[in-house]
Amino acid sequence: MSDERRKWHERLNVTLWTLIIPPTVWAGHFLFSYLWAAISCAKEGAFAKFPTLFVAGTVLALAIILLSGWIAHRQTGMRGDSPPHDEGTEIDRLRFLAKSTLLLAGLSFVGVLFTALPVVFIGDCR
Amino acid sequence: MAGGVLAVSALVLTGCNRHQSALAPFGLEARSTLGLTVVLTIGAAAIALAVAAIYVAAARAPEGRLSHKGGMRLVLWLGAIIPTVVLTALLLWALPAMRPLPAEAGDLRIRVEGEQFWWRVAYRPPGAPPLFSANEVRLPVGRTVVFELAATDVVHSFWIPGLAGKMDMIPGRTNRLVVKADKPGTYRGVCAEFCGLSHALMAFDVIAMEPAAFDAWLAAARTAPPRPQDRGAALFAREGCASCHAVADNGTRDIGPDLTRFGERLTLGAGILAPTPENTAAFIRDPHRFKPGARMPAYAHLSEDEALALARWLKRTSPEEGR
Repeated sequence: MSDERRKWHERLNVTLWTLIIPPTVWAGHFLFSYLWAAISCAKEGAFAKFPTLFVAGTVLALAIILLSGWIAHRQTGMRGDSPPHDEGTEIDRLRFLAKSTLLLAGLSFVGVLFTALPVVFIGDCR
Repeated sequence: MAGGVLAVSALVLTGCNRHQSALAPFGLEARSTLGLTVVLTIGAAAIALAVAAIYVAAARAPEGRLSHKGGMRLVLWLGAIIPTVVLTALLLWALPAMRPLPAEAGDLRIRVEGEQFWWRVAYRPPGAPPLFSANEVRLPVGRTVVFELAATDVVHSFWIPGLAGKMDMIPGRTNRLVVKADKPGTYRGVCAEFCGLSHALMAFDVIAMEPAAFDAWLAAARTAPPRPQDRGAALFAREGCASCHAVADNGTRDIGPDLTRFGERLTLGAGILAPTPENTAAFIRDPHRFKPGARMPAYAHLSEDEALALARWLKRTSPEEGR
């Protein structure tokens, strides 16, 4: 592996902090959805006919999750160390974090979709 | 097979109880909920069996038959992708059932207020004065009805299992429950939120009627059944019953159940006793024996004979009856 290629990966390195991006976005979207529904029902008495803010927020959340999933996916493909595997190495740690981020991104993507679907179907304050 | 067993047991259970069961629906919402229940139960049983079968197959497979890669692929598909697809499909299918039925301004509204431990009922047909009743709800089949649900003391919950899901009755606010019955018959509703000592004794009769019969009943119910000025009437006045109960225009509807059409009710004491004059007399003399915590005071000083005369007078639906 050339030094130049290694640098490109290092710049996008997943860490424990980037690991929590997809679930945090999911949590934020969840909170935003419920607050938005509660506030529009309390203030307006009804959902907006075309909830622009809600659609934009959902698209943004999905985009961030997709992006972190894609970055993580690129890094799961990194070549591991050669045997013997006697101790944890930096590259092992990176590959593990990348795989975890990828799985969390998948879960969060579905989570955001499931949170958004009721708005499409119900659209009622009761 | 499990699905078959479930379907059969559902049928058997339905056979046991047709008047108060979500398995014996007589309204649109309960019907769609039953559909969801059956599909989810059978689906869950099928998935449990399939997982068990895969487990057995994996445990019995000869050595070397299963590869790590194949196992990981199985986990990816059966553990992540297929569940996600199935859950998404179920969500898309079930969400429309959560949509409230549409109601229009011209639909019949029935206001029901929960009290410890009975139900105050007011029919509010469009463009007509309200009709008051208690502990019984009549519905026209095939028409949309809007229940306006409220409470005056504690939180109750209005639940007619065969008609729709339950809806809380909360002091200080009015909840709306839109229903449509689709099968005439006599059913039962209950309080589904613990509300005090006699919570479990707080029920009501639900009578789903053909629309023409309902309209006829509603028109006829506006005329109170004639009651003679006999001993019962004198007792009703002497004991001050009218300070809590209304009989036609005599009395108040703000405290106890309206008794104008008491004789027509299918049960006594909010769904707990057979509506006989003897039970009514016993209830008047000692309500707390049947309904612990009820607010009605005991009229133990009435003789059995007096209580019976009062009960017969209350139960009158026509001048000839009860002589």
